[in-house]
Amino acid sequence: MAATLKLEIVTPTGRVYANDVDLVTLPGREGEMGILPQHAPLITLMGTGEVVARRGTQEDRILVTGGFAEITGQRVAILTVFATDEKAIDEAGAEEARRRAEARLQEKLTPEETALAQAALSHSLSQIRIKRRGR
Amino acid sequence: MASIRDIRRRIRSVKGTAQITKAMQMVASSKMRKAQQAAVNGRPFAELAGEVMAHATGDAGDFSHPLIEPREVRRRGVILVSTDKGLCGALNSNLFREVARYDAATTSFIAVGKKAGQFLARTRRKLVAEFGYHDTPTYGECQAISRCAKELFLNGEVDQIEVVYSRFVNTLSQKPDTRLVLPMGDVTTAQAKVAGRAAATGATATDYLFEPSAPEVMEVLLAYLLDFQIAQLLLESKASEHSARMVAMKNATENAEQLIKDLTLESNKMRQASITKELLEIATAQMAIS
Repeated sequence: MAATLKLEIVTPTGRVYANDVDLVTLPGREGEMGILPQHAPLITLMGTGEVVARRGTQEDRILVTGGFAEITGQRVAILTVFATDEKAIDEAGAEEARRRAEARLQEKLTPEETALAQAALSHSLSQIRIKRRGR
Repeated sequence: MASIRDIRRRIRSVKGTAQITKAMQMVASSKMRKAQQAAVNGRPFAELAGEVMAHATGDAGDFSHPLIEPREVRRRGVILVSTDKGLCGALNSNLFREVARYDAATTSFIAVGKKAGQFLARTRRKLVAEFGYHDTPTYGECQAISRCAKELFLNGEVDQIEVVYSRFVNTLSQKPDTRLVLPMGDVTTAQAKVAGRAAATGATATDYLFEPSAPEVMEVLLAYLLDFQIAQLLLESKASEHSARMVAMKNATENAEQLIKDLTLESNKMRQASITKELLEIATAQMAIS
């Protein structure tokens, strides 16, 4: 019996995370879900939020934006457009990005530009949130 | 006949041109590496997405989606991916020759890149939309393109969508190529491949649960795959563009250097001729005096 799960997080720009973990918590479309080894096979859509991977006493948090997860008893594969490892988040940079996005939203924009700016804003906001929660 | 001064001026100007083309060559080669790297980075995603897709279609029952269903082809859609700028050899003209094969009356075009837009407008094709893209195409740009293509296809305005792009063979050669993206027929081939692999390893198929529901998951999955496919094609076009430009600029630099050599030779010859002439004059004058 496999005692660990293989967690893989992949985006179009490369593999963000790959490790053997004990427990994965991921933001499902219909609420948080915790995945342990020997989980029933499942394919689920994900919302925006953080994936928490626990290895022993250590926790890794990875921010994801949408996408889906394929879960089997041995493996969790997550496909998403954006994923950022918590350790890679630069709080000042995110704060700066938030300000920029907010300023952009004040200007007159086409619908597509607005959507882009909004996406940037929500991404930077969730980055900041993740970073500050630990304190 | 040109004087020495004229020739020297020409040498200076050619030298300037050579410097510029040399710089452009360097820039293109570094951009090419970046585009190639980005295409390679996308590979794990492609593999995984294909795998999930195959598992999902295998377990979703007799699943069908308008994006997969092939239809009788009466009107075609073509996404033409070109460069924004010229100075890249015959890349775009090869591409446009490929496009000229399509029947203008029944084909709608989506232009990606400025040159494609200009070409389609000049030849009076039916242009539905025009998009731009950056040196390293962002996912957002690809999403916009694929959304537009999807709408065309689902509205029934076209029955098939192909992408015409420059395939990256190697640094020295890029070939115009056509890839069918809608309907997404390769989903079923991927399915067959995974089924074959499962049979080979003796693994039993797992019955997947879907959350919220199979059709919803499939909907998102198909959209992801389409976006991703288009992103890969854009990246490949970019890699082609930069390598074509690199080669074109390398040739231009070499030509300029050859030209400088020839001109220098000519100017030296003229200088020599004028010195000889002066010496001759001095000698004649001396003889006349004595």
